[in-house]
Amino acid sequence: MSFIDTIVQGVLLGSLYALFAAGLSLVFGIMRLVNLAHGDLIVLAAFLLLVLVTGLGLHPFLAALVAAPLMFGAGWALQYVLLNRTLGKDVLPPLLVTFGLSIVIQNSLLEGFSADSRRISAGALETASIGFGPVTVGFMPLLGFLSAVAVIVGLNLLIYRSAIGRAFRATSDDAVTAGLMGIRPQRIFAMATGLAMVVVTIAALYLGTRANFDPTAGPARLIYAFEAVIIGGLGSLWGTLAGGVILGVAQTLGAAVNPEWQILAGHLAFLAVLLIKPRGLFPRAVD
Amino acid sequence: MLTRRDFLKTTAAGSAVAMTAGLPMPAIANDAPVKLGYVSPQTGPLAAFGEADKFVIDGFLATAKTRGLNYEVVVKDSQSNPNRAAEVAKELIVDDEVNLVLVASTPETTNPVATTCEAEGMPCISTVAPWQPWFIGQQGNAADPDSWKPFDYAYHFFWGLEDVISVFTNMWSQVETNRKVGGLFPNDGDGNAWGDETVGFPPVLEKMGYALSDPGRYQNMTDDFSAQINAFKSGRCEIITGVVIPPDFTTFWNQAKQQGFLPKVASIGKALLFPQAVEALGKAGHNLSSEVWWSPSHPFTSSLTGETSAQVAEAFTKATGRPWTQPIGFAHALFELAVDAVSRAGDLTDGDAVAQAIAATRLDTLVGPIAWDGKNLPPFAAKNVAKTPLVGGQWRLKDDGGYDLVITDNKTAPNIPVGGKMEAIT
Repeated sequence: MSFIDTIVQGVLLGSLYALFAAGLSLVFGIMRLVNLAHGDLIVLAAFLLLVLVTGLGLHPFLAALVAAPLMFGAGWALQYVLLNRTLGKDVLPPLLVTFGLSIVIQNSLLEGFSADSRRISAGALETASIGFGPVTVGFMPLLGFLSAVAVIVGLNLLIYRSAIGRAFRATSDDAVTAGLMGIRPQRIFAMATGLAMVVVTIAALYLGTRANFDPTAGPARLIYAFEAVIIGGLGSLWGTLAGGVILGVAQTLGAAVNPEWQILAGHLAFLAVLLIKPRGLFPRAVD
Repeated sequence: MLTRRDFLKTTAAGSAVAMTAGLPMPAIANDAPVKLGYVSPQTGPLAAFGEADKFVIDGFLATAKTRGLNYEVVVKDSQSNPNRAAEVAKELIVDDEVNLVLVASTPETTNPVATTCEAEGMPCISTVAPWQPWFIGQQGNAADPDSWKPFDYAYHFFWGLEDVISVFTNMWSQVETNRKVGGLFPNDGDGNAWGDETVGFPPVLEKMGYALSDPGRYQNMTDDFSAQINAFKSGRCEIITGVVIPPDFTTFWNQAKQQGFLPKVASIGKALLFPQAVEALGKAGHNLSSEVWWSPSHPFTSSLTGETSAQVAEAFTKATGRPWTQPIGFAHALFELAVDAVSRAGDLTDGDAVAQAIAATRLDTLVGPIAWDGKNLPPFAAKNVAKTPLVGGQWRLKDDGGYDLVITDNKTAPNIPVGGKMEAIT
């Protein structure tokens, strides 16, 4: 019974990691941009939600609906104005710029919101739970899991079934040729980052209602997002979900043996995947 | 080769220097300000501890001015990072050439700074870390008590684990429980000391008839506590204790409620110190309990300004618009001790003289009387540690959604008044 519970809690935790990672995976898949500020952008979105919830008295889910287009715009502008200038043959400039961005976001948040730990209050939903036989599942984590699956399904539909998705894939495969066909890679990239920010808003909703966050909480989340992306295989969205779940289950299993093993077990699972399948479990076509 | 003439010359010069040493220093030297170095975590996860620093230091400099004292405070941010703390301590000693280093807040800040000062022969007063992680944590071999050595320059004032254990167990005895306790001890300086098999909670709880279920050390910033919750559930724990950082406690408490685990008492160190952290829990923070090292109702006054605890707390709220926090009193006391030691030290450039002045302190501060006289301490820590009183309190939800910290147990320090009785969490 306790074993099943451990696995279930691990899957739920893993879906949270997958949510953190989905935006990262999307951006990397389309423009090979490793966004080191991803964790800080999640925290930024969480603060935006906090402002909407406390300032306007909105319910967190409603606040996420309001925040999503704002974050889309912010992501679009960020990519169009800043990050597009860093893309090129050299992989270093985007890394450095996003690293710097991470520091800028942390310190601006610190300046604006102080170092207090904050949390988005979801009222009675926070502690609500549903019993499935021997296992009790929290309502919010379950919702997080369903959202993660929905985000992955949605992104896959968008990428493989729509015109904009076709443009995403074409630009990802060969930006120059796509440009010759009338696609403007710059705009496609901006669109992709905007979309990633919508996913970031959803991740922030579940992060902010699950645990406290403060302006410096971002980087700690980034490492799990990276691991989930790499376990799943770069560029594969379903792989990212699987990677998150593997990470989450490894952590809860490790913790069930001894809490000292919790974080380590996740990292070990990551290393094991790297050893056995260096390109991840479900790598997309050869780059 | 030393000739007779050379010998006469050097001894004459030498005795001239020796004679001037006994003379009063020239007036010009007195104009140089006394330089105090101050290290605390002002950014990063521990930043709540450093929140009151600016208020305290501004207040101190203003007071010093009105009293005609010439002081300069060099403030350094540890960024909640032990390596950074050691680095800024070196900067204070080597670049800023301070006369005395003050350091506050958690072993992760106090230990690297105190160790650096001890190695450099720089006097250091430290606070806001239980004395065991401070003293034992700085020893070369923490596992072997025979090898522990006292320090020559590093002095610490705060309470110890024995105090927090008696405060917590006193609070628990006010509520009817099955005496089964679940422990949340992380893998950091505090967690390892609290959960230690010899100096921490386990031996004392066993002696007092409490059954402790301790699943093991976990990493800070953990996203999942289901392993601990399962262990506490199967151990039928009705009391939860530990020393948890605020984000982790929120995660734990939420998950515990989701999974139907509801203890009657939760006495947690560190996580529940700050009103902001309790408010972040929403209504779920009601009746959580914590150790109280300083509050506006502590019956002490400042030796610098003559203000009472209540007045200092009120001034803080007025200046910043934020509720009082416990580190205010201790940061204030650090400067009281610094001024007192400096006034008695004589030559401030002589680290030994300043360290001796600190050791001889007998001062009634905002956090209680402080003297490094080894009272209530084992012999090995007697020289470097001074204890301050500790009581226990419970957070009570106010009608407006804010929280009040009510002192519910004062058996350990009866001079601090209680504001209510312990209530079980419902």
